[in-house]
Amino acid sequence: MSTPLLQVKNLCTSFNVDSGEVRAVNGISFNLDKGKVLGIVGESGSGKSVTAYSIMRILVEPGKITGGQILFNGEDIVQYSNKQMREFRGKRVSIIFQDPMTSLNPVYTIGNQLREAILLHTDRNREQANARALEMLQLVGVNEPEKRLKQYPYELSGGMRQRVMIAMALACEPDILIADEPTTALDVTIQAQILELMQELQKKMGMAIIMITHDLGVIADMCDEIIVMYAGRICERGTADEIFYNPRHEYTKGLLRSIPRLDTNHARLIPIAGSPVDLTNMPKGCAFASRCDECMKICLTELPEELDINDFHKASCWMNVKQVYDEAAREKEAENK
Amino acid sequence: MTYNADKLPKKNLLSLQIDLKKFEKASEDEKAQHETMRESTTFFRDGMRKLRRNPLAMISLVVLLCLVLTIVIVPMFYPYSYEQMITVNGKRDKTAKNLAPFTYSKNELKAMEEGTKVFPHIFGTDELCRDYFIRVLYGARVSLVVGLFASLIVLVIGLLYGSISGYFGGKVDMVMMRIVDIIYSLPDTLMVVLLSVVLTQVLGNTLQGTVLAKVGTNMISLFVVFGVLYWVGMARLVRGQILSIKTNEYVLAARAMGAKPGRIIRRHILPNCMSVIFISVALQIPSAIFTESFLSFIGLGVQAPMPSLGSLANAARGGMQSYPYKMVFPAIIICLIVLSFNLLGDGLRDAFDPKLRR
Amino acid sequence: MSEYLLEVRDLKQYFPIRTGWFSSKPLKAVDGVSFNIKAGETLGLVGESGCGKTTVGRTILHLYKPTAGEIIYNGTPVTSQNISNFRQEMQIVFQDPYSSLNPRMTVSDIVGEPLDIHGLYSSKQERAERITELLNLVGLNSDHARRYAHEFSGGQRQRIGIARALAVKPKFIVCDEPVSALDVSIQAQVINTFEDLQKQLGIAYLFIAHDLLVVQHISQRIAVMYLGRIVEIADADEVITHPMHPYTQSLISAIPIPDPNTARTRKRIPLEGDVPSPLNMPAGCAFRPRCRYATERCAKECPGLVDIGGGHQIACWNPHE
Repeated sequence: MSTPLLQVKNLCTSFNVDSGEVRAVNGISFNLDKGKVLGIVGESGSGKSVTAYSIMRILVEPGKITGGQILFNGEDIVQYSNKQMREFRGKRVSIIFQDPMTSLNPVYTIGNQLREAILLHTDRNREQANARALEMLQLVGVNEPEKRLKQYPYELSGGMRQRVMIAMALACEPDILIADEPTTALDVTIQAQILELMQELQKKMGMAIIMITHDLGVIADMCDEIIVMYAGRICERGTADEIFYNPRHEYTKGLLRSIPRLDTNHARLIPIAGSPVDLTNMPKGCAFASRCDECMKICLTELPEELDINDFHKASCWMNVKQVYDEAAREKEAENK
Repeated sequence: MTYNADKLPKKNLLSLQIDLKKFEKASEDEKAQHETMRESTTFFRDGMRKLRRNPLAMISLVVLLCLVLTIVIVPMFYPYSYEQMITVNGKRDKTAKNLAPFTYSKNELKAMEEGTKVFPHIFGTDELCRDYFIRVLYGARVSLVVGLFASLIVLVIGLLYGSISGYFGGKVDMVMMRIVDIIYSLPDTLMVVLLSVVLTQVLGNTLQGTVLAKVGTNMISLFVVFGVLYWVGMARLVRGQILSIKTNEYVLAARAMGAKPGRIIRRHILPNCMSVIFISVALQIPSAIFTESFLSFIGLGVQAPMPSLGSLANAARGGMQSYPYKMVFPAIIICLIVLSFNLLGDGLRDAFDPKLRR
Repeated sequence: MSEYLLEVRDLKQYFPIRTGWFSSKPLKAVDGVSFNIKAGETLGLVGESGCGKTTVGRTILHLYKPTAGEIIYNGTPVTSQNISNFRQEMQIVFQDPYSSLNPRMTVSDIVGEPLDIHGLYSSKQERAERITELLNLVGLNSDHARRYAHEFSGGQRQRIGIARALAVKPKFIVCDEPVSALDVSIQAQVINTFEDLQKQLGIAYLFIAHDLLVVQHISQRIAVMYLGRIVEIADADEVITHPMHPYTQSLISAIPIPDPNTARTRKRIPLEGDVPSPLNMPAGCAFRPRCRYATERCAKECPGLVDIGGGHQIACWNPHE
């Protein structure tokens, strides 16, 4: 087996705020292979965006990576100097953000910003960079690209801006594209366009995508593999089918139960009780325990270890351990009989 | 479904009895204990906690408190007064002119030899044989009072004007803000000079004999100028605050409940812009003190013999080479007051400004 | 007495946008919207951002003065003069659980404010009892009353907002995207709260949202808005199963379905282009530039809402199944 493109090992990221240390990401590990689409899903405060920012090392004060490794092609980028990091960002890994309104600089034209991004990372000259900018705009399906190059961000609609952001992120053909809630700020019909575009580009250019979102619908649409995060930890991971049709963590199950379905039987929704956990005041044991219907005594005191459900599926929930015990007990009983 | 049984420790599987207890369902109480709600803090308490953690702001606060206490208490039992010559044994001491700090005049030395106790001149004396320390104290008193009152005037007028303009918006706002623009364009120094001349003419006689006479027309014109000119900055700030708070949904909710404009301003808008306004008042005080000092320095401030830090500095200008300390003391006090208020204001902003909160 | 609790007839809301020194252009946020809501019923109002759905909700409560049209509550026309009589009948719950609660007020003051305004109690004790009762109604307890809004999570804040709206015992509540800002797991809690309250108290909702999944779950009927106009109204199930307007069809096909198998197999009806600016509306049908079935007639005449049977109304010249 070759080494994965990106390996995150026991990553910890903390924010030191007035009320104490907030462990936004609390020891997570995952691998990303070439050309795969990995979805990270979780609620606000689950640490999914912080994970992305940690990989890009664009955390703002007072955020800090406090432990772990991020290996890109076997090299630990946590140890990179700022100069190496600048080289790495954009060329190897690019990111697109949620809000296309604020992620483009309003005082420069689209063409100018695209060109700068290209010049920074390749040895193209200005003319070639311009040509590349035009090519990229065509690629992301912007109509009248020549005209758009001379326009300012405010002259474009939200969907168009997100397309430009994607063009900018992909201009230097990165190996990984991190999409941090890329469609949350967009309307449904525009969201569908952007998701389709991303899938198309992924096939064409073959980059790996880390798709970060809270929307299970978007995840189901896009991803090969899914990581479910809660309170800075990974609670379940596996292929899309495994996660959606065979969830093995109570949180994932609750999440899937609580979303309304597009059908005509208006059955009452089954919500997850309680409120999200306070990250400055993390409880012992499983962070989800107090909201969990199946909560056991052990959940309140001990952190569940990640357990293989099958080759494509892992989960960190004591319920799975209990199941194994129960099965063993039943077998024993059967033997006794 | 296949389980990777290797991953489970074998001994656990064998000792089922012990483990099973742990796998009992937790009760609601146990779950509730697991969840912890943070201690309740109010906006004010939280802000105070942040303020206490800011050393610069706390030092400033202590300095200001010491200063205020000194200014209020010391003159009560200080043996000299700010307007009278030093007297030795009931006689005016004309030798006590321009003494350096902690020195005594000939007459005083004589008196001391005779056994009478003479209180030292901590800051020396001025050219009219008056104790300089008490004059600086009174100067600081005047400066502080001017700063506080001027800021208060600015606050009241600015708050009223700004809230009306901001809340009603539209044409009212347009007209009111253009007036503000016009006032902004008036040269303030010139206005003070003009007003003090006019006020001396108009008020000169009517004031005679009242408390206000002591303050002097210059001082009154100074207040008038603050009242007429300097509120515009505050009005703009208040208006901007109100415009931004007005768009909050809780204001809409109050309207949907049927709350009247007065209630909305009182209950919803003002409490939410108060912190920003008070911070700006704290920062306004030093600027008022500066203005007063500057005006006193060019001779438009308080009426002699009432000193102010600015007029003291101005008087010291003449003999600066021979008696530099006369310039240094008021200057240091001005610096201390202004710096403390500025640092305290910054600290307050860091602690209470909702925009800077995380 | 009329059959409907609330009737909205040809409601228009134009905002003047200054284009020059003395000239201004109307921004037609809402341009002729009509619908009815029965007592105890939920009408869902969906549409994309900028389509005017929030403006409809706020205009009904006279938070904006309507440019034209009628709002009839229980047979009585609501006007700027008599709106204060209706403040106890109609209420609103807002989208943003953070900006909709005054950060300087305790929960009991927030929930108690409508009681104060309308003088709905005779003693302090009665006020406190009523507040506790309201908090219990939305699933909070009296311990919460002394705390400030910022100490609560998004879902709890939204409940406080609901309790405030319920304080005057309204018969009709405008729910302006009340769950859009909440996390998925909390959304379901709040949706259930809305449903329970409707069952208990018989309140009618105008449920505004951009998320069709949520709207179709909670509503009996759905109205779809596009650029200031309603393009389709029908029973919720009918809209989902037999959408007739091409815009509704695209909208439904674009919903991300949290189910990998459906996501893989279903066909999207892609919409080309972006929503035009409401300042520069195309002549005729506003949806024409993005419509697959557009004909010449669509460019000339603007279609009105027509009943095609069973209360299913659409505004389209060329409806397709």
